[in-house]
This record gives sequence, C-alpha cells and structure tokens, in this order.
Amino acid sequence: MTTIEIPELCVVALVGASGSGKSTFAADHFLPTEVLSSDFFRGLVADDENDLAATGDAFDALYTVAGKRLRRGLLTVVDATNVQKPDRRHIVQLARDSDCLAVAIVLDLSEQLCVERNKSRPDRQIPRRAIARQVSNLRQSLRHLRKEGFRYVFTLSSPEEVAAVNLVRQRMWVDRRDDAGPFDIIGDVHGCFNELVALLELLGYSVDRSTLAVTAPDGRKAVFLGDLVDRGPETPNVVRLVKGMVEAGTALCVAGNHENKLVRKLSGRDVQMTHGLPETMAQLALEPDGFADEVLGFLDGLLSHYVFDDGKLVVSHAGLPEAYHGRASGRVRNFALFGETTGETDEFGLPVRYDWASDYRGDAMVVYGHTTVPEAEWVNRTICLDTGCVFGGRLTALRYPEQEIVSVEAAHVYYEPIRPLGNVRDRSDVLDIADVTGKRFVDTSLGGRVTIPEENAAAALEVMSRFAADPHWIIYLPPTMSPAETSSLNGLLEHPAEAFDYYATRGVEKVVCEAKHMGSRAIIVVTRDEATATDRFRAGDGATGAVLTRTGRPFFETPDTTEEVLGEIRTAVDRAGLWDELGTNWLCLDAELMPWNAKAGELVTRHYAPVGAAARAMLAEANAVLAEAATHLDVRDLIERYRRRATAADGFVGAYSNYCWDVSSRSDLRLAPFQLLAGEGRTYFDRDHGWHMATLARLAHDHGLLVATPYLEIDPRDESTRAEAIEWWTSLTADGGEGMVVKPSNPITKDRKGRLVQPGIKCRGSEYLRIIYGIDYDTPETLSSLRGRDLRRKRAMARREFVLGVEALERFVGGDPLYRVHEAVFGVLAIESEPVDPRL
Amino acid sequence: MLLTITSSTKPASDLGFLLHKHPARVQEFSLPFGRGHVFYPRASEEQTTAALLVEIDPVSLVRRYGRGSILNDYVNDRPFVASSFMSVAIARVFGSALRGKSDERSDLVDQPMSLTARLAVVASFHGEGALRRLFEPIGYRVTAVAHPLNERFASWGESPYYTLSLEADVPLKELLGHLYVLLPVLDGVKHYWVDESEIDKLLRAGEGWLGAHPERDTIVRRYLKSQRSLTDEALDRLLAEDGSRGEGPTGDGADDGDSPTPLNRLRMSAVVEQLAQAGASRILDVGCGEGRLIGELLKDQSVTHVAGMDVSIAALQRAARRLKLDEMSHRQRDRVSLMQGSLTYRDRRLAGFDAAAVIEVIEHLDPWQLAPFEQVLFGDARPGTVIVTTPNSEYNVEYNRLGDGSHRHLDHRFEWSRAEFSGWAQAICHRHGYRVDLHGIGAEAPGLGSPTQMGVFRADGTTAESR
Repeated sequence: MTTIEIPELCVVALVGASGSGKSTFAADHFLPTEVLSSDFFRGLVADDENDLAATGDAFDALYTVAGKRLRRGLLTVVDATNVQKPDRRHIVQLARDSDCLAVAIVLDLSEQLCVERNKSRPDRQIPRRAIARQVSNLRQSLRHLRKEGFRYVFTLSSPEEVAAVNLVRQRMWVDRRDDAGPFDIIGDVHGCFNELVALLELLGYSVDRSTLAVTAPDGRKAVFLGDLVDRGPETPNVVRLVKGMVEAGTALCVAGNHENKLVRKLSGRDVQMTHGLPETMAQLALEPDGFADEVLGFLDGLLSHYVFDDGKLVVSHAGLPEAYHGRASGRVRNFALFGETTGETDEFGLPVRYDWASDYRGDAMVVYGHTTVPEAEWVNRTICLDTGCVFGGRLTALRYPEQEIVSVEAAHVYYEPIRPLGNVRDRSDVLDIADVTGKRFVDTSLGGRVTIPEENAAAALEVMSRFAADPHWIIYLPPTMSPAETSSLNGLLEHPAEAFDYYATRGVEKVVCEAKHMGSRAIIVVTRDEATATDRFRAGDGATGAVLTRTGRPFFETPDTTEEVLGEIRTAVDRAGLWDELGTNWLCLDAELMPWNAKAGELVTRHYAPVGAAARAMLAEANAVLAEAATHLDVRDLIERYRRRATAADGFVGAYSNYCWDVSSRSDLRLAPFQLLAGEGRTYFDRDHGWHMATLARLAHDHGLLVATPYLEIDPRDESTRAEAIEWWTSLTADGGEGMVVKPSNPITKDRKGRLVQPGIKCRGSEYLRIIYGIDYDTPETLSSLRGRDLRRKRAMARREFVLGVEALERFVGGDPLYRVHEAVFGVLAIESEPVDPRL
Repeated sequence: MLLTITSSTKPASDLGFLLHKHPARVQEFSLPFGRGHVFYPRASEEQTTAALLVEIDPVSLVRRYGRGSILNDYVNDRPFVASSFMSVAIARVFGSALRGKSDERSDLVDQPMSLTARLAVVASFHGEGALRRLFEPIGYRVTAVAHPLNERFASWGESPYYTLSLEADVPLKELLGHLYVLLPVLDGVKHYWVDESEIDKLLRAGEGWLGAHPERDTIVRRYLKSQRSLTDEALDRLLAEDGSRGEGPTGDGADDGDSPTPLNRLRMSAVVEQLAQAGASRILDVGCGEGRLIGELLKDQSVTHVAGMDVSIAALQRAARRLKLDEMSHRQRDRVSLMQGSLTYRDRRLAGFDAAAVIEVIEHLDPWQLAPFEQVLFGDARPGTVIVTTPNSEYNVEYNRLGDGSHRHLDHRFEWSRAEFSGWAQAICHRHGYRVDLHGIGAEAPGLGSPTQMGVFRADGTTAESR
C-alpha cells in the first residue's frame, strides 16, 4: 500500500497521458464535485467533450470555477493530461493566487497500456501518435515538477501501484482549530528577558531562573507573537526560554520579521547589520559553541501563523487579513511576518503601513504585534500587543478566552525608537460601503440569520447617507409594530381581545397594556457627561447624545435643541439616581415625543388638516342642499349617508387635533419613554415591562419634558382582567385616543415551539383609525373589504426588525466595532423599506 | 364633491329641459370612479337649482389614482374637492347640455340665462386671486369663501380650499364648458394620464373663449400637466413620517435661485476645462446625478474611463437612460460605469482614478459627514486631482429671495463663504498632502465673489500624515 499524504486544502494536478486512468483515480479518491475535468468543461462550453477548438474556453471556465472553490477553502482536483509545462504553470499560478499548495499526482504508465485502454473507450479514439507524444512529454517533465512549484509530487508507475494508493488528507500545519487554549498571548519581547520572566510570573507561570524551565499554570499555554530577538539585552536567554517551553509543549511561537532576518544571517546570507541585529550577534558570540545552530534550528522551524479554537482565534506577528487565515503561500507568510506597506514613506523615512486592521471584517479574533503602539486596543476584533517593551514601554499579554490585558513596565529604555511612540491613526470608525451593500446576511443571536435583499439595502443606503445622524449614535432602530388581528365586532376593525388571544394562545401568562401616545417615535441616547460621549461613542463636536427618529434621522433641526432636550433627560436621570443604580454612564431609551405636529408638523398642516377642512366644508354644503331637497323629494338615503359622513369628518378632525398643540418653545414638548433599551455592558431586554414602566416613571416630573406612560398588567387568559383592560381601552379611545400597545411581560418571549412572539401588538382606537384608513372607513361596505387585511408580512417584518435591533444593541454593549453595530441597524432600515400595507 | 347650478331666468324650470334631468326625480348615474346623484333642491318658476353630487368609490380611487404617496391613497381630499373628477362627471351626466343639444327646447341652448354655479369646495393653491384671474376675465362675478385649516389652531392659517360661487348671464353650455376646462386647472392634478387626445378635448371645450383668456398659457399648461413621474416608493414610505426636509435632488445643483446666467453650464465647462488641463484620463464623478458631466467627458477621446457614483438609485437609472448606456457600442460602453455609493462609506472602487469631480455635492452633506468624506476621498481613494465646487454664500444677497440667510436649495445643509471654503480646503491639503487653487465660477459681484466657488486640489506626492 502506498500512502499519499496531501494537505486538506490544495490544488491537485493529475498528470498522465490519455488512458492512464486519471478519471478513474479521481473518482476513487475524491468527491465528484472536487474533480474538475477538462472534458466536462469542454462539454459545458461546446456541447461536445471532444471539441478541441473549445479547449481555450473550457480551461478558462475550469480555472474560474477552481479559483472560486479554492477561495472558499475547498480542495480541487484538475483532471486534464497536464503533461505540458504551460498547462501546469496555470495550475501552480492558481494555487499561488488562492494561497494554497499545489500537488502533482503523476500516473506514469507505459505507452502500451495507455493505448490499449484508449482503444476500449467507447466515446472517442485518441491517435496512437498523440498518446506517444503525451507519454514522452510527461517523462521529460517529471524531474522538473518540484521546481515548477508543486510542493508535493507523487509518481505512480504501475497499475498495481495506482490500485494500492491510500490517499490521506493532512491538516495544515497552521491549523490548530482543536486547541482552544486557554492561552496567554505575548507581544514582541525583543530580548527583554527580565520583563518576560516578570510577565510570565504575573500570568501565573513559575520560572526556574537557573534552568529556565517554565511551569505553566493549570492547562494554560503561552503563545509568542514573534520578534523574540534583536535590540534587547538578552536575546539568547529569551530564545532559550521560549524554545524550552515550545519543546515542553507549554508554548507555541510564530515567526517575526526579526527571526526571519536572524535565520538568514545565521544561514550565512548577507544581510544588513541594522535594527538590533548586531546586538544579537554580539550576544550569541558569548554563548557556548553550537548554541547559534540550536537557535537557527528552532527559529527556522517557526510557522507564519496559527489558527486556534475552531477558527475563532488567529495569531501572527504582523496581523493577517481574513482571506489568509489557515492558508499557506509565500504571500501569506510575507504578510504574517512583515505586514503590508503602501509604498509610501513617512517623515521619518519609515514605510507607511497598510492599515489592514481597519479593513478587517472577519469573525476570528486576530492577535498580533510588530507595530509598536502605546496601548493595546481593539480595532475590529484585532489587537496589537507590541507595546514597545524594548523602547521603554511595556511587555503585554492577552489572556484568551478571558480577553484580559496583562502587562509589565520595561525596566529601561533598551533601544531608542526611530519614530516616537504615538497612536497610529485609526480609520476603523469610517464605515466601508462593502459592509452594507448587496444582498446581506446578518447573523443574530436572537433570531439566527436575517437576509437583507439587495434592493432594500440600496434604498436604505440612500436614506442613511442623505438623512441619518452620525452612525456612532445609531445603536438601535425600533421595529415596526403589527396591529391586532381584525376584530369581528360590529363597526370595529381593531380591539384588544385579539391581542390578548394572540398572546394567550402562545402561552404568555402576563402582558402589559401601555397607553399609546400619539406623537413621533424617538430613540434617545443620553450620556452622563461629555467624556462618556467621546470615549464610548467616539463622538466629536461636543454632542452628549442623540435624539433620533425611527429612521435614524436627527429628531430636531439644530444640535442646540437636541442638547437642551438631552440636558433635561440627563437631569431627570440624575434626580432619579439611575446612573449609579444601573451602573452606567449612558442610556438608550425608546420613547414617544409629543405633540405629533412637533415632528410631523408638515404632514399635519399639508395633509391631514386640509383633508379635514375640505371634508367638513363639502359635507356641510351637501347636507344643507339635501335638507332643502327633502322638503319635496325623497332623499332619505342620501341624507342618512351624508349625516353619517359629516359625523365621521368631525371625528377625523377631532382625532388628529387631539395629537396636536402649539409648540412655541421646548417647554411645550413632552417625552414619554417606555423602554430602557441599554446601558453600559448590558441591554435591558431581560427585564420585564413592569420594571421598565416603574423605572421610567421615576423620570417623570410635573410640567417637565418627561411624562409617565399609563399602563396595566393583566393575564390575557383571565376574563376578569381582560374585561378591565378592554374597558380601559374603550375609555382611552372614545374621543380619538390612539389606543394601546399590548406586550408580553418579558420583552423577549418565545412561544411553546420556541418561536419569538411579537414584541408588541397595537390596538388602535376606532376614531384614530380614520386617520389611517380614511374618514369613512367604518361604513359597513368599506369595513367588510378591510377585514380581509393580511398581517403575516407585517408580523414577519416586525420580527426580523426586532431581532436586528436587539442584535445591534447587543453588539454595541458587547464592544463590537462600529461596522458590526451599523450592519444590524442598517438591516432594520432596509427591511423597513419593504413594500407592505402602510396602514397596518 | 358638489356642484349646484341655479337659474333665475324665468321660467327657471327651463333649466330642467336644458340639463335633460326631470326636476321631480332623484337620479343616480354610474361613473368610472363612483357615482353621481342629480336632484333639484329647489324647483320653481322663479328659481331652480340643480345639484350634482359626485361620490368617489375609495377602492377605485386607490386603483386608478394611486402610485403617488401611499398616504394619499387612503386619506385625501379627492372625494370632497371639485376637480377633474367633476369635469368627467359633468361630461357624463350633463353631456348633452355641455355639447349644446336639446331635442325639445333647442331655442334655449344659445340663450344667455342668469346662472349661478356654486362649488362646495375647490382647491386653489395660489389663493383667491388665482380663482378671480381664471373666472373674472370670462365674465363671472366671483365670490370665494376661504376655509381655515383648523379652527382650533389659528396659527396654521387658511386651507387651500374655497367655496366658490360664479354668477353670470351666459348660455348654460358655456358655463358647463368653462367648468369642464377650468376645474382640473384649479388644483393642477389630473386623475388620469394625459395623452394627445386631451389636446383635442381642450381645444373643443375652449373654443371661443380660451384663445383670448389672459391666463391661457397657464390654463393649457396645467390642464395638460402629466402626473409626476414615478416616485421611489420605498423612499416615500421611509420618509413619510419625518416630513419633507430635503426632498430635493442630490448633487448636480438643480436649482440656483433666480440666477439669470446658466450657471450650470458655466460650472460644467469650468470643470471640464480643469480636468483637461490636469490631463486626467480616468475620472470619477462623485454625486453624478443624471450624468450630465459624464456625457460631457465622454466627448473627449483622451478620457478612457468615467465612473459615475451617486447615492440615489433613481438618479443612476435616469443617468443610464440619459446616456443611452444600453445602446452604446461595447467600446463606448466600456468607458462608462455607474455605481451606487455614498461618500460617508469607505469604498475600494474609488481607488485608481486620475481625477475626481465633486460638483455641488458637499453642501448636501451634514457637517459630521465631512470628516468621513475627507477620509474616503482624500485619505483612501487619493485621486491625483480633485475638483470641488460649492455655492459661495456671500453671493446669496444677489438672489433677491435669499437675502435672509436661507440656502439656495432646500437640501443644502450649509453654504460656505469664500473664507470658510478656503479654510476647509487648506486643512485638507495639510492633512492629506494636496495643494489647492481656488477659483470663482460665474460673474463676480464686487466684494461678494462669484456665485459658485471651485477648489482644484492636486496631490503633491507627500503624505504629511502617517496613515
């Protein structure tokens, strides 16, 4: 049995003449979808597998498909003769472009055998001459395959050998997904031995100073990010210690650019004696014979990076873009060791580095060093731990999975930095268009994967770009809310009974009924002080929070008004002592801001008020004319209808007028917060609505901006409490009140099947509905046609938007980068642009 | 909606003959959009009044009239206001009278009578004066009673609605003809699509009086006005609640106040000239709008590629139509690309251009967006040349109606003086390694500068900032 070991991810070139059994071999050892055969692609592009004129197009298509597979991390086999060098060059290039290895499996069988097998093929006959040429080409190629770029070459020279192959797929060396740590990841040491020992001891390791043997605390492992050597005072001891740990299995280490250079030097290559290499060479010269070779052997074997913990953690010296994780190529190693430069140089003559971390969008945490920073800070799930110990800074470690930073101060400045230590400008708070456009899938903890169609994203991009507030403040957008199922009661479209039934049948034992204020939705982010605004929200220009509409626009025209309103809210939170009670310096609130005309003034005066005025004027005239006619004509039906219409018009005007009052100054505004969404480190979706109502009621103040929301908690299964709530709703809506919202007591509630129930259901008053469905909507004919309304789509939207809104807040409180929060709120806006009956 | 016609010419009962409707009956007629009722509130020899009460079926209204703002579909003034629906009802219900036909009393058809037409509600968005300008020149005594928007809110003022009485000694057919043409003109909205047959209808109904009407041009224009073009429904829905701030176009500066000079054209040629001087062959048009600059640039064969970016999909679709992208040869087509994008998001597609034109765009950005805009364009994309134009606010006093510090366009978030623009430009140069030359576009006013200011930025090959 011949065992062939190939990497889990690679491109395999089958090399062999026609009739050598490549396709059979492929079918025996690979999945059908892993094998791309040139014959098959000829068929695809030409309807004829033997059409040699289609070979060019066929290979174009084959390479395109192969490229896609390899990018997606899938092993790919190219089943073509591959006996000529130019064909193989394409395959090697494909491997390089996809940052994986190329493997050649050669079926070097006799010409005679190939010819015989070819004869027995039913579909086509290759001339004997052609086969002879292929075999001869193959024989000439054999010696060169490695040089051409195939990392592994396996040659099978007899049918027996082919039949006996045992093909094994090996994990990539850098792949340590099954190792979840816990780890202590340590930044650039640069020969600072004392600081390294101090740090290890701080991390709970014990170090024997004489043997340099290290004992790790229970189950932990150190991971070194490279640049162990150069510049500092004790490079040999650092290498000795780390090498010992690696050999003992208590540490792993990746290569840094300084190891790379030292290896070249120790291998006898001519390298520039700069950047601390002379110090290392001088120190090594004092070591016993053979130590330098040990160092060389150890450093030369270091890998470019590691992937740990099921792909959730990646370490490398200079960082690594997501496309390179777990890959093997010169390009990957180069990036991992040196990073990427833009080709420009800064004022100190040093290369300007490509800021890959700002562009990083991967899910894996990437921990790296290389670039000296004053503080280890997260940028898009990446963190640089090189805090410049050798330059007199600190030696820093990150504990994983705890994500805790531990560091020790340098005892001295061992080496003068060329460039003063300063923060690299962080571009990560500028969003990338690729974060929001196209068809998108947003993974949420509450509701799984939410799909955002491309056209919705396009509409949302326009709204977001033209009208939305600074994205740093948009950490939540509210979901739409579905009405109750259509009521069967005479003359009514909506009634609380259906909302109670909805929750009761889903096993909800307690609901809260909140009076629905008719104003405009306002999402409020308020900070305790400007420092919190700057530090937590990275806001500039002195803003201490935001008041946003449901589409993320600033609620007020001027920042001054916003700040005045925020000031009042802040004072109310101060007075209630909520900052300390909740342990937060900022709060996000869901609220309704009144009156309606404060925000929707134009809508009222240009739409609703004119319609009301026209209706009343026309109906008054009609009734007068009809009254006159009634003296001598039978117009009873018309009179009855027109009297009813006039009453409806009065109801319409009365309803919308109730939600309006003149706003001459800010003191005429009223704000009714009804949910505490989030504060530092946590959301409040796990608190029941009773808590929200009671807590927020403490903010209310007579004649002040903030008002409490009346509410009632009931059991939706219990007739007596239902009746109480229905009576309350009836009184709320009798003179045009908007109605109420029924919510499950726990904001996040699932039904017996584990499906999320609606976070709220609105039950709107019958007079109020004139504003929505038209003045005359309650005539029997109109009502009966409206009863057919379908709520499913609206409810699906509400559920998806709710899930995304919660996700946005969870991401924000969890310290996720801006783009991750933005992705979720953008999704809410995108779904909101879906066409659904706006009256629901 | 309600129309009454009263005759005081004895015997007033003649009105019944002319209208072909019996005064003793209450009649109902089916209409394409609902129904009409005709009855006589008063019928005597001294005075006879006929009433035409028109009802719109709300479902049919949505089906036939929809497509605009969705809110409008369900809560709107159409059932109450005498508009083109009333014209149609007149033609259907009083068709013979309108055409001047009467089998029994043809002698009456051309007789002037003392008639009063009363419309319960008409809309006039240009006030009572507009009503008078329409009806007084053709001989009516006009009484218009305005209706307030809401008695409870005096500060909201008057609604656009009036109860209108028109009195004159005219033949009935003329009165009906006047109403038929002028009711749709009143509120400028027609409920059906206007096509060429409308021109014939207008000419027929306006025969003998429309030609000499002092408001003739307005009447013709409004009568034939087409419905507004398709609105982006999604946008409509999203913006409906928030009111109408910034409904204007992005980029492309459609409106420059009352400037008598074709400022758009001057701006275009200034920008094209600067781009030619810079020798740019790959050009990015940021905020391309409907693609006017793209069209200009494509005429220059030394330009190998123009990419137009805009945040509005609707604008890009219009640009594609305007430039006839689908009909271009492949060679030409390869020179153009259009993409949706936003200046507040970093965008890899913006790299690799020799020059970028940012024409009348920055003033549409909120102040917070200027920082990401700067990073995206000057920091990341880094074209060799960047041309930015924006209004010069100092010049605004030259536009009569802008003397109060308001902006030239509803969607402008700011307008800068020359000093403000210069300060912004210099700061960008300092941070990103550019040099800038500032120019004015349009005739200069003493001490105020030109209406438009232009900054031509050139990368100077260094990056002051360590990015």
